[in-house]
Amino acid sequence: MLHHLIRQAAENGFQNTTALPELAFRAAPSRRSFLKAAGIGGGALVLGAHVPLPALAAGPAPAGIVGPADPRPQLFVIVAPDNTVTVLAKHLDKGQGIVTGLATIVAEELDADWAQVRGAFAPADSKLYGNHFFGIQGTGGSTAVANSWDELRMAGAAARAMLVATAAARWTVPAGEVTVAKGVVSHARSGRGFTFGELATDAAKLPVPQSVALKDPKDYVLIGRPDLHRLDHVSKTDGTAIFAMDIRRPGQVTAVLARSPRFGGTVKSVDDAAARAIPGVLEVLTLPVGVAVLAKNTWTAIKGREALKITWDDSKAETRGTERMLADYRKLADTAGAVAASKGDADKAFAEAATVVEAEFTFPYLAHAPMEPLNAVVALNPEGGCTIWAGSQFQGVEQMVVAHILGCKPEQVKIETQWAGGSFGRRATTTADYIAEAAIVAKAYGKAPVHLVWTREDDIQGGRYRPLFLHRIKAAVDKAGTLVAWRQRIVGQSFMAGTPFEKVMVKDGVDATMVEGASDMAYAVPNLAVDAHSPASPVTTLWWRSVGHTHTAYAKEVMIDRLAKAAGKDPLAFRLEMLKDHPRLAGVLKLAAEKAGWGQPLAKGRGRGVAVHESFNSFVAHVAEVTVDDKGHVKVDRVVVAIDCGRVINPDIVKAQMEGGTGWGIGHALRGEITMTDGIVDQSNFDSFLPMRMSDMPAVEVHIVPSQERPTGAGEPGVPTSAPAVANAVFSVTGQPLQSLPFSRAGLV
Amino acid sequence: MITITVNGQPRQVDVPDDMPLLWVLRDELNMTGTKFGCGIAQCGACTVHVDGAPTRACQTPVGTLGPDARITTIEGVATAEGPAGKAAQAVQAAWRKLDVVQCGYCQSGQIMSAVALLTDNQNPSDADIDAAMDGNVCRCATYIRIRAAIKDAAQTMRA
Repeated sequence: MLHHLIRQAAENGFQNTTALPELAFRAAPSRRSFLKAAGIGGGALVLGAHVPLPALAAGPAPAGIVGPADPRPQLFVIVAPDNTVTVLAKHLDKGQGIVTGLATIVAEELDADWAQVRGAFAPADSKLYGNHFFGIQGTGGSTAVANSWDELRMAGAAARAMLVATAAARWTVPAGEVTVAKGVVSHARSGRGFTFGELATDAAKLPVPQSVALKDPKDYVLIGRPDLHRLDHVSKTDGTAIFAMDIRRPGQVTAVLARSPRFGGTVKSVDDAAARAIPGVLEVLTLPVGVAVLAKNTWTAIKGREALKITWDDSKAETRGTERMLADYRKLADTAGAVAASKGDADKAFAEAATVVEAEFTFPYLAHAPMEPLNAVVALNPEGGCTIWAGSQFQGVEQMVVAHILGCKPEQVKIETQWAGGSFGRRATTTADYIAEAAIVAKAYGKAPVHLVWTREDDIQGGRYRPLFLHRIKAAVDKAGTLVAWRQRIVGQSFMAGTPFEKVMVKDGVDATMVEGASDMAYAVPNLAVDAHSPASPVTTLWWRSVGHTHTAYAKEVMIDRLAKAAGKDPLAFRLEMLKDHPRLAGVLKLAAEKAGWGQPLAKGRGRGVAVHESFNSFVAHVAEVTVDDKGHVKVDRVVVAIDCGRVINPDIVKAQMEGGTGWGIGHALRGEITMTDGIVDQSNFDSFLPMRMSDMPAVEVHIVPSQERPTGAGEPGVPTSAPAVANAVFSVTGQPLQSLPFSRAGLV
Repeated sequence: MITITVNGQPRQVDVPDDMPLLWVLRDELNMTGTKFGCGIAQCGACTVHVDGAPTRACQTPVGTLGPDARITTIEGVATAEGPAGKAAQAVQAAWRKLDVVQCGYCQSGQIMSAVALLTDNQNPSDADIDAAMDGNVCRCATYIRIRAAIKDAAQTMRA
């Protein structure tokens, strides 16, 4: 649902806001200008294919002829005379391995040798490289493979056909006699062969074929192979991979910003004399986004900022602490919210039910804290516009926002997308926040390229958090132990409110991203009522790896275990009874349970818990095993994950995403929380916002359901069920449901 | 002018004594393989070796080092002479074999910590790995593969 809403928002929402210029797809630049910009010399076969949007609708994977291939220069693959094959990724790689995944899809249809395949980031251009789910260029919602599956197979197949036609012409043999394997184009009858590189220059002169034949999946040699290595595994182990933080442009200066300690505060007055007196401090600028200190290096900029004396105007700032906010949320939860789901008659069902269970869940604010602190380099271009070097995730939004700041056209905002040191949602902002800051500072300074760097303290205290949430659930089972009613009220900030996405993402007072996973609950229940309150606060919030499912899946799955206990049923059997109409959810649940040895006895103090959920069109179940010691401390020993994400491109990358998603979910459930006292964030760095570390990490086993379905996503779906599986395992040992996160609050770690 | 020795090369930098080695490497010497992650020695992304010992560069004022301190960074560790260089080659090979990396930003520091561990101990237990690696944060949670890769590299070194 998220995907389609974002797309609609991108198409409609931006046009109706004064904050941003109108979203307008610009005319495609010529292929020649792109090649020049990309530094690609003549003689390369550069190819793209456009897939009409309807082809992306859910359905079985098309085999055989798919077409026609649109000859518009949507550029995805470059076969060069040096025999390299470079796949241009329109999506950001922030660790999820998408450059490798997209390259695999192209290489498969091209019949390239994996050793000749390279990856590179495509330039920013929503017309050529728009996300089909969003309408603008951007990465998120675990959409990248699903979005690219058709167009990249077609691009690879079209390039292959052009290489075949070139070889056939040189040999004057029918194209049907030419074969391709591992990067070599061959004519078996005459024993001749060419490398791709030998054909590239001539192949580039051919027109793009009007239709292409896609492989039968049974012939795949790269897709689904478990031993293909990531394309970034060398550069990320010898220090040569370049992140935005590593960009060094001629004359570049470093800027840090002093921002209001309270959300919503503004600068009242600044005494910058001491900062300016520090050798190496070049300028101090008071701007709407804060006070910028520019210096010849990062250390000096940070020292300069420490020397600022700023008085803040907190008249519009958030001055409550998080305890007070939660108390306010509780009051709000006593009143009816905007309706997100309504089915049957829950009140009547509760009156007639055998057993009613009620629970309140609280979820803290959480920072994303990617390992690479946010940063971007902005260089103003003499002809207008600018060039940005960043781990750019929403290129389409960033181009529009920065164009608005600079007073130029979006296409004059060039983005050089870099490897991103993590994101977890943080880089995909509806306001392009940190990139906008960099552009504002670069414009105000005007003298040199500006590298705006956030420190870790800026990051932990800088907001755009997963919102603070409170859930109240009341649910009931009948005498047979069948779930008959479920009422859920969700209270928390909408991060879509006040953004260009609000018009579409918030319907009838309900932000779809805060009720997903609850309003569409898969478990069979005849009476369902879900509503929501979205109280406003100046505290900035944002999606965080797996978005609404971070809290909705947790509340649902922990509640289900309480209900199973009330019904006197096994938690696995109870779930399976309610998933008869959801074979893929039931499938992963059974697989995880079987691999984990569900039902086998455990030693005293050890427990097993299960959780299952659908998110981003993928299906995941976790079974966790924990030990609770005499002091009540919890150690997560082992986690078994089963995922069904349709056809798998790179199984080892899916496995890595399940390992990482599991660590992400459990790590934050253990100790992760952002709290505030009188509006000031209590945490400031990794000494207080406590990350998962090596000794916390359980063993994780991953099992992938073999599938012929269209590929979906893996970056986020590993998160939602990880923490509730652990909570349910603890519940099985202690009988105490864990309803207030993180677990450290209850002294469990 | 301060003289330090990085990857065997004497380097002169004109910076204040209290500038952390991290920023000297990154901003003055343009050696960006060593990463800024937290600035308070809580994440390990900036780990380098000083005389073979894993050291957080963000909390090491450059003025405390002197010209004789042997500073090794991710850029030079695989070609370092002696056991650390051998350990680094084994560690990098294991990291690549098991595709440890995800976003990769913390991995320079992870590798420097792992190399220091394996230089001293070629048969580390899980507890040894926890002790040596708990100071290195990976937000992608590649910990399982880091552990497996350290064991794989240890095996290579013992063979």
